[in-house]
Amino acid sequence: MGLEVNPVDQEEKPDRPDPTGLDRVGAPMGDDHPDRDSPKQRVSLFEVLMERAIQVTGISTMLLVALIFLFLLWEGVPAFFEVPLSNLAGARWYPIEGLYGLLPLIAGSLLITIGAALLALPLGVATAIFIAEIAPSWGREILKPIVEILAGIPSVVIGFVGILVVAPLFRTGLNIPTGLTAFTGMVLLAWMALPTVVSVVEDVLDTVPKTYRDAGLALGMTRWQTISRILVPAGKSGILTALMLGVGRAIGETMTVMMVTGNAPSIPVSPLDIFASVRTMTATIAAEMGEVAQGSTHYHVLFAVGLTLFVITFVVNLAAASIVFRRTRRAERMLS
Amino acid sequence: MISRQLSERIAFGLIIVAAAIVILPIFFIIGYVVVQGLGAISWTFLTEMPREGMRAGGVMPAIVGTLLLTLGTAIVAVPIGLGGAIYLSEYAGDNATTRAIRIAIINLAGIPSVVYGLFGLGLFVIFLNFGTSILAGSLTLGIMTLPVIISTAEEALRAVPQSFRLVSTSLGGTRWQTIQRVVLPQALPGIITGIILGVERAAGETAPILFTAAAFFLPRLPASIFDQTMALPYHLYVISTQVPGMPIQIQYGTALVLLVFVLSLNLVATLIRRHYRKQRVW
Repeated sequence: MGLEVNPVDQEEKPDRPDPTGLDRVGAPMGDDHPDRDSPKQRVSLFEVLMERAIQVTGISTMLLVALIFLFLLWEGVPAFFEVPLSNLAGARWYPIEGLYGLLPLIAGSLLITIGAALLALPLGVATAIFIAEIAPSWGREILKPIVEILAGIPSVVIGFVGILVVAPLFRTGLNIPTGLTAFTGMVLLAWMALPTVVSVVEDVLDTVPKTYRDAGLALGMTRWQTISRILVPAGKSGILTALMLGVGRAIGETMTVMMVTGNAPSIPVSPLDIFASVRTMTATIAAEMGEVAQGSTHYHVLFAVGLTLFVITFVVNLAAASIVFRRTRRAERMLS
Repeated sequence: MISRQLSERIAFGLIIVAAAIVILPIFFIIGYVVVQGLGAISWTFLTEMPREGMRAGGVMPAIVGTLLLTLGTAIVAVPIGLGGAIYLSEYAGDNATTRAIRIAIINLAGIPSVVYGLFGLGLFVIFLNFGTSILAGSLTLGIMTLPVIISTAEEALRAVPQSFRLVSTSLGGTRWQTIQRVVLPQALPGIITGIILGVERAAGETAPILFTAAAFFLPRLPASIFDQTMALPYHLYVISTQVPGMPIQIQYGTALVLLVFVLSLNLVATLIRRHYRKQRVW
């Protein structure tokens, strides 16, 4: 495959078609490449080694994913033999007494993730529409880097401001006993997931052909009708991708959530429980892993929680990726 | 029934409100940390060891630790990331292996940072017996940074026009010569931008170094890569949640130092990108 050292054999790349066929100029009709015999084209050992190394690094990304998965299995699977399933499926997480019920942790993660996604999606899509379609071009030049800056703020800084500003604000504003609640976590997580949502949706709106907009306007539609009835439906798959990536980002977020949700391992039962404290899977690992003995049951259970997180994000990202791949293929069909 | 013009106005109004809800807090959070933290910043704060159970003194060891971890991350991630990007852009064909690599990269990017921490603990700290160390932390952060570097560098390499490669080839250059002398130099600004954005993210991360590198408090600087180290993000977490009676000034000061460090990397990346985009001849 790709490691052919003779440049004449360069592979066609689908996104860089070579309409001139220059790649093939000089390629002989016979079986022999004349270039290979000319001294200029003789490839040095250094080059061969370099190309091998590059191929190895390409493959190594796959190996890394496998390695991470294997290590989580290796340390996490023993938990399922050491702790009875009825215990793991229980509703109480209290490791000191040997109670490893995962339900409150999973429920906490799901609650915060779903809440964050519900807040982030409309805000993100609206912001993307504003940046891509409504703001004047100079506004776009300013707003895009600002949203990127948000992606760069460390999560521990957001958690810090969450503790000192946002939580007290919610406590007095909503008149609840503590501001360190699931709701505070949702709001901050939603805000942190926004750069992902905004940039994906904006990219999608960019790829909708200009002729679509012109057609809408030519039919006498207002700009809003063009956006809501043509652009958004055309970018539907991208909005779905953005949702998934945002969910993947939110469920894995650790520091902010650990700092602002209060970390009480209780299962939310009524809708009002979003104003109570919850504890997520990520926060549990981060808070407890430092204090457990290596090789203990508690240690294995925490790895099992990590394994669960890995599987969830793997599936979510794979689903998001498959939507992207499908979209690319459709875009190629439309252009050809 | 409301007219189309009125519904457009209402819709645009709502969209502008939503965009403001997203964008204004960014200014607020940065401005707030700057205003509150500025008072704590002094030469001694930046250059002294913490004293009195971290309730006085400076954050120098945390700054040094974050610099070391950032450097270590770059040393781990740049060669592998660049190699992966060159492979995907210049060598990989449209086949199952390439698709598998792309899926692997997407998934690496999606793995939660705390799970990277678990992996680093299992592989580097325990299995390879590096202990809680700068080495283990750098390797963990480096692997976490790979997908960012690979995807931005690949994008930069692909942006180099195909005709450049054809000219080099037609002059008798081998494929590697073409990459080394034509493609890489042209893509360099984009690649550097990607590297900076990658290590910037690593510099602000706490969860991956929790069990692989970070020390609660160290009375001295790390002496080798097998030592633990303090780090700004972990230090901020510790002093804002774990130490009772912590003066608020020191907390804001630490947050400001971290924010300035990370955002100045971000600014450098943006400036490089902007500068070279203007200069580009193609």
